Amino acid sequence: MPRIAYAFPDEVLEHVFSFIHSDQDRNAISLVCKSWYEIERWCRRSIFVGNCYAVSPVMVVKRFPKLRSISLKGKPHFADFNLVPEDWGGYACPWIEAMASAYPWLEEIRLKRMVLTDESLELISKSFKNFQVLVLSSCEGFSTDGLAAIAANCRNLRELDLRESEVEDLSGHWLSQFPDSFTSLVSLNISCLGSEVSTCALERLLAGCPNLQSLRLNRAVPLEKLVNLLGRSPNLVELGTGAYTSEMQPDVFSDLSRAFVGCKQLKSLSGFWDAMPYYLPAVYPISSRLTSLNLSYATTESPYLVKLVSECRNLQRLWVMDYIEDSGLEALAVSCKDLRELRVFPSDPFGLEPNVALTERGLVSVSEGCPELQSVLYFCRQMSNAALVTIARNRPNMTRFRLCIIEPRKPDYLTLQPLDAGFGAIVEHCKNLRRLSLSGLLTDRVFEYIGSYGKKLEMLSVAFAGDSDLGLHYVLSGCDNLRKLEVRDCPFGDKALLANAAKLETMRSLWMSSCNVSFGACKLLGQKMPRLNVEVIIDERGPPDSMPESCLVEKLYIYRTVAGPRMDMPGFVWRYTGP
Amino acid sequence: MNGRSRNEEAFPQLLDLIPKDREWHENRAHKFSEERKLELRLGPPGEEEDDVVRGRKESLLSLGYFSASVNGGHTQKPVSPPWASSSKTQNINQQKGVSVSSSFLQPQPSPPANTAVPNSSQKRTAPGPVVGWPPIRSFRKNLASSSTSKVVSQHESQNHQQRVVVEDKVAGKKPVADNNNNVAVGGNKSLFVKINMDGVPIGRKVDLNAYYSYEKLSSAVEELFRDLLAAQRDSCGGGIQNKQEVEKAFIGLLDGSGEYTLVYEDNEGDRMLVGDVPWHMFVSTVKRLRVLKSSELPAFTRGGCKQDKITT
Repeated sequence: MPRIAYAFPDEVLEHVFSFIHSDQDRNAISLVCKSWYEIERWCRRSIFVGNCYAVSPVMVVKRFPKLRSISLKGKPHFADFNLVPEDWGGYACPWIEAMASAYPWLEEIRLKRMVLTDESLELISKSFKNFQVLVLSSCEGFSTDGLAAIAANCRNLRELDLRESEVEDLSGHWLSQFPDSFTSLVSLNISCLGSEVSTCALERLLAGCPNLQSLRLNRAVPLEKLVNLLGRSPNLVELGTGAYTSEMQPDVFSDLSRAFVGCKQLKSLSGFWDAMPYYLPAVYPISSRLTSLNLSYATTESPYLVKLVSECRNLQRLWVMDYIEDSGLEALAVSCKDLRELRVFPSDPFGLEPNVALTERGLVSVSEGCPELQSVLYFCRQMSNAALVTIARNRPNMTRFRLCIIEPRKPDYLTLQPLDAGFGAIVEHCKNLRRLSLSGLLTDRVFEYIGSYGKKLEMLSVAFAGDSDLGLHYVLSGCDNLRKLEVRDCPFGDKALLANAAKLETMRSLWMSSCNVSFGACKLLGQKMPRLNVEVIIDERGPPDSMPESCLVEKLYIYRTVAGPRMDMPGFVWRYTGP
Repeated sequence: MNGRSRNEEAFPQLLDLIPKDREWHENRAHKFSEERKLELRLGPPGEEEDDVVRGRKESLLSLGYFSASVNGGHTQKPVSPPWASSSKTQNINQQKGVSVSSSFLQPQPSPPANTAVPNSSQKRTAPGPVVGWPPIRSFRKNLASSSTSKVVSQHESQNHQQRVVVEDKVAGKKPVADNNNNVAVGGNKSLFVKINMDGVPIGRKVDLNAYYSYEKLSSAVEELFRDLLAAQRDSCGGGIQNKQEVEKAFIGLLDGSGEYTLVYEDNEGDRMLVGDVPWHMFVSTVKRLRVLKSSELPAFTRGGCKQDKITT
């Protein structure tokens, strides 16, 4: 029988593969056979590395010689809440250097929670002739000098997005480094910068870039200047205002309103720092166009808030402070039938008493009224099992559910029971739940439910919950698709960890802090599992070698890797290194 | 995506810890109720105790037997842990045929965690705000109105003291406009400057107000870069030899006699040798530090800082 398969040209396969973009599909293709692996690796254009220490830059460059786009994530998620010490790691530099020599045609770099230096930014700006997209999400280590290099040298830059990064703000002059001939900008997000950026430079930039669709300014841009800027970028789809406050001047108000209307594509608004109630109604004329509204920096109460939100009939995403209260959420539930994502942030997170009338009722209303609601982040001060069960029954299509009851270990306020049944209902009814954050009083029972029902769960965050190792065991043994688990202040210890050691190799990472894991267990795990990095963050008591094996570890980060121990561990991170 | 079956043969079965288990759990329950009394609470005292204890008792029972108590009783029965002792759970294991034995390691025969716990648990439950809770990003905490932000900065500095981690003595928070973390633990203002070392791609930051002499600064520099330099050299192979070499590298930083020399850039953009002027004068004019290879020193120019930044 003629062996037609062998005569099948690689180019045809490559052409077929070029239609396949999803990482998972690409990974699956590469596993079919050796020749497919080879063909696929030569034509892969984009990769995502969820943990920069899971693989080394050298390995990536070797396997994928023709990448155009790379995304990397560094520090564990809990670094966002100051649980990871400074200088822990997540350095982008070795990656940038490796890519600078291997990928002269690299177009896109996206980093999250990584440390990046000005030198690296400079290297990026000079190494990649067709560099187009730089997204630095929650990164740090660089200054506006590095940004100046990017502005000056990246002739084809389309996207510069510094979302929530910590930038050493030396001056706003970097923006003037964009040459006059620069026209390619489509998206600019400088909302995290502290210092003033030259409005002239901004105006010049906007005038030169007719394709600008997304502009997020920083707090230092005054409201009056916003009007001029809007006038120069009529094609904006997304706008982040600067400080949304000024003396109450009717002409500023009407100019602003007119400017909003003038941007006929405008669908998404954010910014609103120090939002003055007087100016909120300037948005009314375009409210029905809005699909995304982020008022989470608007730290002043306003009678107009609820009206504004109710007028946004096509809203899909709302981020807001808890000033919206239950009544506002009820109005939202009535008006915004297309709502998909709701985030409610606390205005007074450290106060002991509630300062606003926001309770579980608001969330229940939204769950009832908004059939498309899939993603929730909700800070509140009280919750009940009944409410959670109602929410679960209303919204079986929920995919991300993060609830933060501000006081740790707070029980159901009606029955004083743990909230096990409530969260149990969430995982039971929401069969496509991918992300879950727990809070309130919880026993091992809730983990039993999660292990039984949370089959699609990929990320779980746990704090001040559980009674014993059983809780951890349920999750590790039951959640088949678990990728990331982060735990703090729970009585989970060695038994569950060791009993599920193999599970850890199927996950991206596990973070445990203030739990009951002993040094002995960490040593054993490190010894037996060479494809895991078991990193202990040392506290004042000294390195684990000097401690008795039964002593408890304060912070532990375990992740799978094919790159072996990382070379850049700071002095306070310890790893098992040998008998 | 089940890697378990592959590991079945690789790892020995977990020994049954039957006899100790019951006691262990009961001890832990007792310890927890005591810990609860010591633990931080943000609500009125006494409220939760009964229910928490009740909850725990329930889970003690459920260790013995599962499944009946799951809501609705349908779908899977929860997997019983390998160390569970009662005959009922063993029945479940047999019925399911689940390879519960697949994935575990034998834990060290250590005494129950109780004995070692007292220090660490007390450390963790010291009174004061909880680090990183509620889980809100720093930039959100700083948005609040001025009165709340005072409370916030109090919390933040307490958090810094609370933190049970020894950071590099010289590592600290960077001065960022949006962030109120500029206050060092001792309450003094910090003065962070960048410091780069030849041959090490990662720069560091050092708080000059944490020292009062050039000697202290010199040893701080060594601490900052020792591991990074070793890692750089390691990548070319060398191992133990490198460690000794690296330690030598930092001798003579201040007097030009060593492999490296410490220089700084002052407020006029000039590059200067560290150590010429009194410490307080140095601190008031320094903008940036560098650790240069001594062999390249004769080339240090005046007013050439921009050029040098790019070539590092």
